[in-house]
Amino acid sequence: MADTAVTARVRTAAAGQVPLWARIVVPIALGIAFLALWELACHALEIPKFVLPAPSLIGKSLVDDLPTLLPSLWNTLKVTLAAFAVALVLGVAFAILFSQSIVFEISLFPYAVILQVTPIVSVAPLILIWVGLDHIERALLILATIVAFFPILSNTTLGLKSVDHNLRNLFDLYHASRWQRLWELQFPSALPYLLGGMKISGGLSLIGAVVAEFVAGSGNGTGLAWRIIESGNRLNIPRMFAALVLMSILGIVIFFGLSALQTLLLRKWHESAVGREN
Amino acid sequence: MDAITGGLHPVAPPPEQRRVRPLIELRGVSKVYQGGTVALSDVDLTIGHGEFVSLLGPSGCGKSTLLRLIAGLGAVTAGSIEWPQASYDASGEPSRDLGFVFQEPTLMPWATVWNNVYLPLKLAGVRRRAAADRVADALAMVGLEKFAQSYPRQLSGGMKMRVSIARALVVRPRLLLMDEPFAALDEITRFRLNNDLLELWQSQKWTVVFVTHSVFESVYLSQRIVVMSARPGRIIGDLAIDAPFPRGEAFRTSTTYNEFCRLTSSELHRAMAAGGEDEEHG
Repeated sequence: MADTAVTARVRTAAAGQVPLWARIVVPIALGIAFLALWELACHALEIPKFVLPAPSLIGKSLVDDLPTLLPSLWNTLKVTLAAFAVALVLGVAFAILFSQSIVFEISLFPYAVILQVTPIVSVAPLILIWVGLDHIERALLILATIVAFFPILSNTTLGLKSVDHNLRNLFDLYHASRWQRLWELQFPSALPYLLGGMKISGGLSLIGAVVAEFVAGSGNGTGLAWRIIESGNRLNIPRMFAALVLMSILGIVIFFGLSALQTLLLRKWHESAVGREN
Repeated sequence: MDAITGGLHPVAPPPEQRRVRPLIELRGVSKVYQGGTVALSDVDLTIGHGEFVSLLGPSGCGKSTLLRLIAGLGAVTAGSIEWPQASYDASGEPSRDLGFVFQEPTLMPWATVWNNVYLPLKLAGVRRRAAADRVADALAMVGLEKFAQSYPRQLSGGMKMRVSIARALVVRPRLLLMDEPFAALDEITRFRLNNDLLELWQSQKWTVVFVTHSVFESVYLSQRIVVMSARPGRIIGDLAIDAPFPRGEAFRTSTTYNEFCRLTSSELHRAMAAGGEDEEHG
């Protein structure tokens, strides 16, 4: 009897059936333990606060500097969301274009790859010069868009082509128009791929926005990246950490937001989002 | 070749057995694929209104290709496929009124059963409300009224195939083309679907062309079995299965059924031998 119980428990664990509360509580407990250790270490070893501030100090800075940090967070958020939206629209539009005409695909895809593989940091000064230093926010938007664009383009292109062969024949059989085929068949087939691309691009647009701001690096920038540079220059390390915390929170919110969207759209039918009991 | 097989085999039923109005006439149909593979060679076949015809043959004999050509999926390399009584639509295409059932259920996983069955009507521009009765009828025919709002992944293999059949029926086809539809199902499910199909065929008066590689299934279902050989695909036998409908378990266990199976098996054997010979020559 005991054997059976053990086997059952092992099987449950092996199947990944960790209860939800454990998935939430365990990482939080670990985080708290880590912070406590950090706090203790800072005090016990008397580490100077401009090298490694204690978590309590970072928390204090987060609260005290919120009036300065919040507008910066808002600016970074604006650039990130705008870049993500533009990348989404352009990526899907070009993917549709590619799926409709092989000529477009073979002539344009290599340039999309070049755009993707060229490090954004190296392009940034050029873009800054082109749009002019008076319009840094435009340069940030362009740079972040370039970074976020490719995963959406390549995933959606792949998805639009990954249509079941027999379904394609079925649509032929009933004389589906090009538009019907795109909207009723290719687009739903591509949706899981598109959502996967969006998840990558969401994080990349934040990275793009921050990196671009670092490169732009003039006093005009007022995003979180600028706060980090500024705090670094003034050796205000607790505030630097506070800005980092806000940036991480932003990234986490974007990731979970897009994951929730993915689950919402796919939960009824796609293997990735369907709950299974076996 | 004829000398080897002798005169034992009925090559074509006497004309008087098939004095039905022709629905489709294939004359000298050949299909050569781009790589040079000859899928079909000089196929002559007339299918009459209301017939239940099986295309039987080893894999690679082009029976699926033939079915697809009849459906208008792909063009013939030589020969013609005619629909003597079909009206022609604006684009010059014969209005074929056909339903096609693939070997796999081929359902859209993102759509409910109802929406999957509605698809052919939707593509034809029929509004949801106008289509509701026809979709309901089609679902009722295959016994899936209660599953209209389910998603394909929630259904068993047999039920998915029923949805696929309902989708073919929703256009009220005159001709139902089925490409090994039950091959992937277990035997019990297959028997049940065989019976359901025969019942529907008798009540709805369609013409059915049914591709299979199962001797037993073809004998059980058909009025006529067209036997094909491989490389290149061509028709080498045309058997009439002259047994009354409705057919049921009594027929499946009868000596008549056995006799037809034996006859069909030897025809199929001959088809396979013919294919092998061709391979050596080619």
